[in-house]
Amino acid sequence: MNYFVLAYRNLKKKGIRSYLTLLGICIGILAIVSLITLGNGLKTAVSSQFGVSSTELISVQASGGNFGPPGTDTVNPLTSYDLEEIKKLSSVKEAVERIIVSGKLEFNNKVIFGYAMNIPDGDDRDFVYNQIEAKTTTGRLLKDGDSGKVFLGYNFYVDKVGIGKPILPGNTVKIQDKSFEVVGILEKKGSFIMDNMAFMNEKDLQSLFNHGDEFNLIAVLPTDKENMERAKEDIEKLLRRIRNVKIGSEDFTVSTPEASLAQVNSILNAIQIFVILVASISIFIGAIGIINTMTTSVLERKKEIGIMKAIGATNNQIFMQFFVESGILGLIGGGIGIFLGVLIGYFGVVGINDFIGGDILPKINFFLIFFSLLGSFLIGAIAGILPAMKAAKQNPVEALRG
Amino acid sequence: MKKQEDSEKIIIHLNNVEKHYFMGDNVVKAVDGISIDIKRGDFVAVMGPSGSGKSTAMNLIGSLDMPTRGHIFLDKEDISLLDESELAQVRGKNIGFIFQQFNLISTLTVRENVILPMTLQGIPEYEREEKADKILNRLDLRDREDHYPNQISGGQQQRVAIARALANDPEVILADEPTGNLDTKTGLKVMDFLTDLNKEGRTIVFVTHSPELAKKYAHTIYWLKDGKIEKITKERKKE
Repeated sequence: MNYFVLAYRNLKKKGIRSYLTLLGICIGILAIVSLITLGNGLKTAVSSQFGVSSTELISVQASGGNFGPPGTDTVNPLTSYDLEEIKKLSSVKEAVERIIVSGKLEFNNKVIFGYAMNIPDGDDRDFVYNQIEAKTTTGRLLKDGDSGKVFLGYNFYVDKVGIGKPILPGNTVKIQDKSFEVVGILEKKGSFIMDNMAFMNEKDLQSLFNHGDEFNLIAVLPTDKENMERAKEDIEKLLRRIRNVKIGSEDFTVSTPEASLAQVNSILNAIQIFVILVASISIFIGAIGIINTMTTSVLERKKEIGIMKAIGATNNQIFMQFFVESGILGLIGGGIGIFLGVLIGYFGVVGINDFIGGDILPKINFFLIFFSLLGSFLIGAIAGILPAMKAAKQNPVEALRG
Repeated sequence: MKKQEDSEKIIIHLNNVEKHYFMGDNVVKAVDGISIDIKRGDFVAVMGPSGSGKSTAMNLIGSLDMPTRGHIFLDKEDISLLDESELAQVRGKNIGFIFQQFNLISTLTVRENVILPMTLQGIPEYEREEKADKILNRLDLRDREDHYPNQISGGQQQRVAIARALANDPEVILADEPTGNLDTKTGLKVMDFLTDLNKEGRTIVFVTHSPELAKKYAHTIYWLKDGKIEKITKERKKE
């Protein structure tokens, strides 16, 4: 028989009211555990999305200049002139336009909305195929001169796009009300974007969507992979000149994959900081709840404290009893929080996988669990210090009176 | 020479002890200058009407309370000089308490209640269990040892309290109205048991407001009134 047995016996007797005060700690720990589990999954997921679109490419995008009130910005689009000039740079090995448009696709009497991407002709075709590591799981890729033909992302093949029926090579689909023959299906990419994309030759895309001489994005392969930053600076300098804008008021952005990844990560980090802040407040409130419960408990058990002292309990022993009990209270709250948090994190990652078609395995982090348990015990114990001191200082005669 | 022998026989000595309580601005002298010598092996009753200070005197004798004035010696050690933790240790080792309200810990079983004082003294587990077996057997509580206090009768609860008081083999047993919450028959059984413990050589001090009970069992009776000792009487007992 020790403090833990005594604490256990007393906790067993406690009413639901005492356990309700654990909600704070429970929610706080739940938030932290689920967030860290989810966050790690999300980071892996995001990184893998970037991985697919290649870590070697610099992307150039048009963006609104920062003039005038919001909403009045006109985006000055990228054109073939920009592309040709970029191609001429010595630090650039290759550059290709990428056009992604949204539209509707009809099959099996169902209509879905999604994205279509251009495949350019000639050498650029090989470059694009290389960069997106285009391999078909069935059928073939597009060739120069193919017209009225498309190949599709993997999700169309396994019907994860919500059309009710797998699409196979040889099927005909309607895109923007025009019939296209499906020639192939890409291998699974594990990327939400790529697996849900329809790919068509640039002429077809042009005739369907009539986007003119405007690109969403120019993908640039630098000569020297190690010198991505130099290529980036060269492109910026060039575009400032030919688009006639000053430093600081660019109407385009040039981003390296590291920078994009860093940006996404910083957003994720910001979210994490926010949730951890909320979790901390929740845990703080939980700790106050425990202080409250333990203080009440000291008052309710005044007589018991008196008896304990009469039969030889020292102040220190009384203190330890309440201290340990309070810690276990925290541990119970934290334990429930960890259990639910791991559950949410686990199924959250499974959910993300399902959504983006990724292959991330949800990881149960045992270090996280161990330190969360330790943490919640300590929070409880620390919250119990004052009430335990109060209990220890009871005068035995007064306490015996109850 | 004789005097020294006497002092060696004395286990508890209260020297002109006062205990004051503060009720607002008023000072209440619950115990007002009493001197008591309790000899080793004595059977002492502290008698008096309610408000006479007998419970306060009891708490002082049991080192549960500190005197406002005067000194209390337990086995020649001035316990008024000890700090709270030392006092608790002294209590746990040398004194067994029995209360009118039984005062068992409701969340612990009968057996655990008996073991608790030994745990508090840091006695190793096998020793505790062995001792608990012995005491529970002696008080005929073995078949109730896994029950909780609220599952047994008042008489049984008081026997558990006696068992708990005996856990650390104390020289002194203090009983505050031990029969107050029991019917006459059960109460007499408890008193008989205290008599047995006294015959073993233990010093028994009990508080009562019943002169019959005091006269029947005690060897020495302190009659208290208004916080002072009114008289001390000796009762001759047939051996």
